[in-house]
Amino acid sequence: MQPLIKKLVEAYGPSGYEGQVRELVRAEIRSLPDYTSVDPLGNLIAVLKKKTKSGRKVMLSAHLDEIGVMVSHIDERGFARFVNLGGVSPLTCVGGRVRFASGVTGVIGLDARRDDPGKPPTLAELFIDFGAASRADCPVKVGDAAGFYRPMETIGEHRLVAKSLDDRIGVAILIEVMRQLKNSPHEVAFVFSVQEEVGLRGAGTAAFGLDAEVGIAVDVTRTGDTPNGPKMAVNLGGGPAIKVRDSGMLADPRVKDLLVQRAREANLPAQLEILEAGTTDAAAMQIARGGLPAGCVSIPTRYLHTPSEMVDLRDVEGVVALLVQTLQKPIEL
Amino acid sequence: MAKKPAARAKPAAQKPQPAAPAAASLPPEVAFLKQLSEAVAVSGDEGAVRKLILEAIRPHVDSVTVDALGNVLAVKKARNGGARERVLAAAHMDEIGFMVTGHDSDGALRFEPVGGVDDRILMGKPVLVGPNRAPGVIGAAPVHLLSQDRRTSVVKANALRIDLGVETAEAAKKLARLGDRGTFASELDLLGAGAGFAGTLRGKALDDRLGCATLVELLRAGPYPCELHAAFTVQEEVGLRGAKVAGYATEPAAAFVLDCTPALDLPHSLDDRENVEYNTRLGLGPAIYVADRATLSDGRLVRHLQRTAASAGLPYQLRQPGGGGTDAGAIHRTRAGVPSVSVSVPGRYLHGPAALARLDDWRHTVQLLQRALEGWSSKVWK
Repeated sequence: MQPLIKKLVEAYGPSGYEGQVRELVRAEIRSLPDYTSVDPLGNLIAVLKKKTKSGRKVMLSAHLDEIGVMVSHIDERGFARFVNLGGVSPLTCVGGRVRFASGVTGVIGLDARRDDPGKPPTLAELFIDFGAASRADCPVKVGDAAGFYRPMETIGEHRLVAKSLDDRIGVAILIEVMRQLKNSPHEVAFVFSVQEEVGLRGAGTAAFGLDAEVGIAVDVTRTGDTPNGPKMAVNLGGGPAIKVRDSGMLADPRVKDLLVQRAREANLPAQLEILEAGTTDAAAMQIARGGLPAGCVSIPTRYLHTPSEMVDLRDVEGVVALLVQTLQKPIEL
Repeated sequence: MAKKPAARAKPAAQKPQPAAPAAASLPPEVAFLKQLSEAVAVSGDEGAVRKLILEAIRPHVDSVTVDALGNVLAVKKARNGGARERVLAAAHMDEIGFMVTGHDSDGALRFEPVGGVDDRILMGKPVLVGPNRAPGVIGAAPVHLLSQDRRTSVVKANALRIDLGVETAEAAKKLARLGDRGTFASELDLLGAGAGFAGTLRGKALDDRLGCATLVELLRAGPYPCELHAAFTVQEEVGLRGAKVAGYATEPAAAFVLDCTPALDLPHSLDDRENVEYNTRLGLGPAIYVADRATLSDGRLVRHLQRTAASAGLPYQLRQPGGGGTDAGAIHRTRAGVPSVSVSVPGRYLHGPAALARLDDWRHTVQLLQRALEGWSSKVWK
């Protein structure tokens, strides 16, 4: 999966500007699904048709978008001020690089004349430097969006470090599941969703459009295993994290139990996840239309929303296996 | 024995004060704006504006309904009667203000803010309260009697009272009942017009009566090569509530939201720092949204507006991406999703008793939207 993951994480696709990564996914899945469509907000929906009468209609979702920035002003000397798209921490911005849809890159600098130099900077105190000499020379315009820019690397034996593993790793997993899934009795709609980082917007409208019976999001979650990390019983390398709850959703216990059972049957290591801050597309799916049973399989990830997010490949393969296992068998809730 | 009254001194001849320009002397579309601006329609109680709008649009639309929440939903069929794409244009009728929450024994009203009200600007403002527009004032201790401390602190709304000029709770209750709403008492004026300058509107509730007026103008013109659905929405200022159901009910292919957004284009500070957070600037034309807190505009609709402006020679500006939100925040998430964009008239001092907006910015907004609808075709989506 590594070449696929590398292509996906290094692609451009901040919230609302998922076109490039969407085309990349479309090219990868080509003829695998029975049909694909792009809905009004830009969600890519790939459907495998139902093989048996008793099959359910299942919606899987992984989001295409990544956090990023948007230019809000270009000053006289060609520096750009910007605002965040999604949860961007100023702490990880300084010295970072951003890349725009056109391929133009810039470096983030810190305003030297700050109101309170003792405090961490605010986004308003940062700017992007394009090496431009003047406003007229600046290669971007107000309203242009950028993602962070960093190549993927392998660290240690099993671990990948990259920007945008949130949630391109979920996207890669969905593609791999589509490749491996043979003879599922269910109708499976793979939703590559947009605008998750700004409020689960794509998943909500996609769920309305699909009107599925069961929903499962595939997204990253935090871990509690770093020095003085959060008190959280999820470890990197501990296997797929089956969500019990997060700050936006109580996972349907039937979906959670089904996932736990399928992991056990396949002898897959798995962990239960309780995430105190953050949520996933499943929260939006759960309350679409008249509601649906929803759950989430998470990939344990360190340093979320930084340009160096870290996952363990064994966890990634575990999530693929768990989803294939779940989708190949009957879903009785 | 009564004293003989002293003969009154004849007052010195005074220049008669110039009268405020009569509504009749205003351009006709401004006269309608004046009616809209001066109507009181705080969130949840939009009846006064709804009435004006229903009267204004009836002759120009194919159907009009008022939905369960109070939104006015009107349809203007496509040119040549063809079944064309449904395009929604929305503007909110409601304004910020306050709600009466209690009556003090001395006749003063307690109140709580409705929508985004700035406590710092409340004291001393004339207001209108209740269904019969009872005049009053938000009371304040006069500056003569204030200690230094109190002069520099902000008094919260819950510590303020509205004085209706009556002496008992009973008398106050006749003018304003519990739950009645009210807002600033302001008239709409056109400032500075002449010598080639169209002038600046000054009034309350320009957010979003300017959008309502734009939408009325769109309905007066046309028909267009699309089926125009107009939604004059309720309860925007308290959370985009009317727009959510209006979007669901109309199920459009695209949505344009017409609002009014702050212009913070005055210098920030006295040093040489460049103002980099102005949101919009007066006089530069309609402000097209790329992103705010609630919506990422559909890129194809932004492009359509930019191309329309360029080909018609109309000015426009991009609103600085950042916070804030419009009805688009609710509409674009309805059903299976609606590509949406907002266009605002820039206004200084919004959510106060006297906002300023350039008349030409509003006129250019009307022209931009009319042209954008006239130029509607499947090419927009390419």
